[in-house]
Amino acid sequence: MADKIQTVFQRPSSLKEVPTHYCAGCHHGTVHRLVAEAIDLLDVQQRTIGIGSVGCSVLLYEYFDIDVVEAPHGRAPAVGTGVKRVHPDSVVFTYQGDGDLAAIGTAEIIHAANRGELITVIFLNNTTYGMTGGQMAPTTLPGQVTTTSPYGRSLSVEGHPIRMAELLAMLGGTGFSARVAVDTPRHVMEAGRTILKAFEMQVKKQGFAFVEVLGACPTNWGMTPIAANARVGGEMMDFFPLGVYKDITAGG
Amino acid sequence: MFFSTQVYRSQEVVLKKRLFVKGNEAIAMGALEAGCRFYFGYPITPQNDIPEYMAREMPKIGGTFIQAESEVAAINMVLGAGAAGGRVMTSSSGPGISLKAEGMSFMAGSEVPAVIVNIQRPGPGLGGIDVSQGDYFQAVKGAGHGGYHLIVLAPHSVQELYDLTMLAFDLADCYRIPALILGDAMLGQMKEALLPHAYQRPADLAAKDWAVTGKRGRTKGNTIKSLYLGDGELEAHNWHLHAKYDLLKAREIRCETAGLEDAELILTAFGGAARIVKTAVAMARKQGLRVGLIRPITLFPFPAGVYREATGRTPKVLCVELNNGQMVEDVRLSSDPRADVRFYGRPGGTGSLPNPEEIFEQICKHYKD
Repeated sequence: MADKIQTVFQRPSSLKEVPTHYCAGCHHGTVHRLVAEAIDLLDVQQRTIGIGSVGCSVLLYEYFDIDVVEAPHGRAPAVGTGVKRVHPDSVVFTYQGDGDLAAIGTAEIIHAANRGELITVIFLNNTTYGMTGGQMAPTTLPGQVTTTSPYGRSLSVEGHPIRMAELLAMLGGTGFSARVAVDTPRHVMEAGRTILKAFEMQVKKQGFAFVEVLGACPTNWGMTPIAANARVGGEMMDFFPLGVYKDITAGG
Repeated sequence: MFFSTQVYRSQEVVLKKRLFVKGNEAIAMGALEAGCRFYFGYPITPQNDIPEYMAREMPKIGGTFIQAESEVAAINMVLGAGAAGGRVMTSSSGPGISLKAEGMSFMAGSEVPAVIVNIQRPGPGLGGIDVSQGDYFQAVKGAGHGGYHLIVLAPHSVQELYDLTMLAFDLADCYRIPALILGDAMLGQMKEALLPHAYQRPADLAAKDWAVTGKRGRTKGNTIKSLYLGDGELEAHNWHLHAKYDLLKAREIRCETAGLEDAELILTAFGGAARIVKTAVAMARKQGLRVGLIRPITLFPFPAGVYREATGRTPKVLCVELNNGQMVEDVRLSSDPRADVRFYGRPGGTGSLPNPEEIFEQICKHYKD
């Protein structure tokens, strides 16, 4: 029977064989894997350049076996722009959290998308600043308690959560914008296909591609990994509906 | 001629046709001649001729020009392009340089070479758009956080704007450090004769094997970063950067001097102020006053040794700046402990530019007492 054994699951070659520093139940590891699988499937590891951001995923270069630039807080799309312009044949992606992308980096993401930069942006939305200890993010849900909204986010005081996938879909330069989640096996499979699509669009020079991934932060939410996972599929998805908000390659 | 010619040009210079050129354009021309093919910027007076020149010329030679959404975005595009191994430049003026300070700190920390131009305007705040040297501290002491230095070059003519921009690219690449050209509204906006010359790449300039390109067969990925969390890692990194600054001090100081041999009074100034001072010094010499000049061309590394040696013989120094006194602090630190370092300056603003006669009066006053 030995000759019938096939490898059906293995570490993507774009990921290093090292343990991550992520907390139990955190979804960064899952999303890293999906990104690495997309790079492997497109066979572009040798020409991929990652742009790390400031947040829990800052140590990107410890986990991905690729070239990486570490960007200042929020600036990854601008740094990615510079890299891509020097090496137009490379595959450039940014990997950013919600504080990084939707607050301090709002200008950079909107204008990179609007210029139609040929880069891929992976955006992990977990409704909080993870690395700094669970402060309120632009994506923090109404009523959500964080260390800087200790009485719950009030729409009249702190304003509304921002739906980035929808917002970026409105821009002329955006080629692809979608929201996925990684809370269930089905959603993980869908997220993998969507991330692959976002990289494929860059390889085919079709346009700026953005994927928002809903993920959990059990540590800062004060939840068990199982309860946090359930929150992603519950109130998070209610406010941030999954879907493809723009795809200029879709036939119709 | 009383003033010596420049000391930083390579010997075999292939001259081109003499041109009558605006200072800002000379910077852009020097950059393109030196192989700069990536420019990212944002409009601000008085340096707009630079992005306008780049917007016009870059597409013709296959280069990239992007008018960024902000100064912050522009410097981070520079960070990305520099990290990717490109010869890249941005330009701005004081308020914009303040916004770029974050990116400049990251570039110093992650050792990304690039050329940054500051055509100074008076401040603080919105200030004005006239001539000023109010950004000396900002340029020389590190505008951003964490403690770092840039190479800072201070041209004082259109020719030098061209020459030093070329040099800035080579120094930045050689030492993996951002280089800053500190000009001002006078230098940027005036027209003067320029003798362009062909760029010659220094033979010993190493290939950028550290740059991010995609692994492309390398066994290890290249990482451009400034985060060091392991025990002792950041300290080691900072000592490494410090050693680079020491190396610059040992090897890359550039300075113009004149008349120090018999000087009773040493005048010192950089950039635009040095133009005015040179005229005043020549007037004084004509009157028989034994006045010398020290004009730093590199503000970092600062020509401390030149001051120490000269003030050992001639203790009296008059530092002239177009601000309320910034470089004078470094002059005092560098001079012989017994030196008598004095200051004359005026902060910038409309109608606040001293003329040579005003400086000559100061020379006469300080020469006597």
